[in-house]
Amino acid sequence: MEEESDTRKINNSFLRDHNYATEADIISTVEFNSTGELLATGDKGGRVVVFQREQESKSQPHRRGEYNVYSTFQSHEPEFDYLKSLEIEEKINKIKWLPQQNAAYFLLSTNDKTVKLWKISERDKRPEGYNLKDEDGRIRDPSTITSLRVPVLQPMDLMVEATARRIFSNAHTYHINSISVNSDLQTFISTDDLRVNLWNLEITDRSFNIVDIKPANMEELTEVITSAEFHPQQCHTFAYSSSKGSIRLCDMRLAALCDKHCKYFEEPEDPATRSFFSEIISSISDVKFSHNGRYLMTRDYLTVKVWDLQMENKPVETYQVHDYLRGKLCSLYENDCIFDKFECVWNGSDSVIMTGSYNNFFRMFDRNTKRDVTLEASRENSKPRAILKPRKVCVGGKRRKDEISVDSLDFSKKILHTTWHPHENIIAVAATNNLYIFQDKVN
Amino acid sequence: MEVNVEARRILAVSISKLYASRSQRGGLRLHRSLLLSMVMRSARDIYHSSRESELASGEQPAAEEPMDTNCDPKEKARLAPEPADSSADMAPEVPDKDESDCDVAEDKENHSPTKQSRKRRGKASAAPDFLPSKRARLEPGEELVALHGASSSLDSLLTFVCFWCEIPLFCEITYLTFQAAFTFFVW
Repeated sequence: MEEESDTRKINNSFLRDHNYATEADIISTVEFNSTGELLATGDKGGRVVVFQREQESKSQPHRRGEYNVYSTFQSHEPEFDYLKSLEIEEKINKIKWLPQQNAAYFLLSTNDKTVKLWKISERDKRPEGYNLKDEDGRIRDPSTITSLRVPVLQPMDLMVEATARRIFSNAHTYHINSISVNSDLQTFISTDDLRVNLWNLEITDRSFNIVDIKPANMEELTEVITSAEFHPQQCHTFAYSSSKGSIRLCDMRLAALCDKHCKYFEEPEDPATRSFFSEIISSISDVKFSHNGRYLMTRDYLTVKVWDLQMENKPVETYQVHDYLRGKLCSLYENDCIFDKFECVWNGSDSVIMTGSYNNFFRMFDRNTKRDVTLEASRENSKPRAILKPRKVCVGGKRRKDEISVDSLDFSKKILHTTWHPHENIIAVAATNNLYIFQDKVN
Repeated sequence: MEVNVEARRILAVSISKLYASRSQRGGLRLHRSLLLSMVMRSARDIYHSSRESELASGEQPAAEEPMDTNCDPKEKARLAPEPADSSADMAPEVPDKDESDCDVAEDKENHSPTKQSRKRRGKASAAPDFLPSKRARLEPGEELVALHGASSSLDSLLTFVCFWCEIPLFCEITYLTFQAAFTFFVW
């Protein structure tokens, strides 16, 4: 038990103290499970690290459960496609948890080409007292065996093991950008640039293609799929976003191939803001259904939009994330930042939405009060129990004392991945190779 | 015109990005390539329309020369990993035509006898053979086995940008260079 907690301490301090950015350590996805007890992160090196919330102890009721490392495993390895002479990156693009149905935990993790179902289970007992081998595993000399005994389960140090239970491969020509588990808990979709495939969790050797937007002539390609998600309650409905800034809602009951959408959400472009880069900044990087299933949220480069599923011609709410970057699109294009894919997330009650920005800033928008806040995930500001101070970006004119000017922003520090606990106000924010977990103030 | 200069600069940046994305891990990203081509298309359209208005008003684009020295060092720096020998390996007609055009700005190592501009133009407006559909081979010594013929067409595309800057524009030629860019998507 001591060893286990030592390992956990080492892992925690590793996360805290290491400042160098090894490329393999860059976190590429974060996801809470459906109860919020577990938090999974995937990184560029193909590893998954799962954190578990400590049980709140009765003796220290004011100390909320903290997250400690629960399991670490290598989910994907680099592969080589010999036919195309291309390397397949091991970077974990998305992790999605399955709701818990027994003592074990299940999650889906995906890289560019392959989705894997992982089972994470605990082992705290082991059988002891074998007849043919001794405790070290060595075969016993048969002549020394004089009596027969029944092996007995003895408690042991907790061991958490992860095993790959299913491997869903060879179904995608292009790079997988998202996966989504259906509310029926039997199927899931995996989405690449041009196709959406429907899988059964039990069957790995085939999948159904339900959306295919590949044109007959690739030179006529005008848009790609950027993300797809199942409706949280309706198992027949899913939505997918495109690089042109539109979202399509599809009903699987209508046809086997859902190329014909049921609803098409698009806001007409404002001609006044047209520039060289209009197409890039209107490309949707993330789409998320609200928990109640009535709204959709989309993130493009500069804004977050909330759409009512009943209204297709424009979003009901638009939030400016970092509009001060509108005048800098050319330099952001040159340093590649304009291609960054930010994610967005709802809180448990769908009243607040959150998304990331540059300089390790992340933004929260309260949909009811219309107030917003900019916070920063940094070592200096994040001593344990410290309260985060709101930050402000100065857009020109006189810069106040605590404000930061647009030109001083560090564009290499970007928060692309965030997640919110399903019930409580706990958020996890990935800043390059560091994971920050923030909790609501204890009253 | 500023828009003109900006359009060409963005075009040069886009081409170098497209080129660099070939060597990145995981292969060409379709989404990124699509966005890059859209930016290039916008830049081309804006350049076209500004050039047309310039020519219509009778101005000679005297700003061509300084522009070359601006864009080419950038391209050269970005082209550094791709050695000059690969452009020398290209089919005889294309590099001769292109290299000598860009003699002023392009890599001085690749010396080709200077040819008459009239001759080159004639060749250029004929069906250019750097388009992948007409080429059945990859260049010798070409390590990056990307898409069929993509390497040669991109090299042509890059040298064509210089060509474009030097000599009054033929609309057809630019259209064809962008066709070359789009054939990257033939998987």
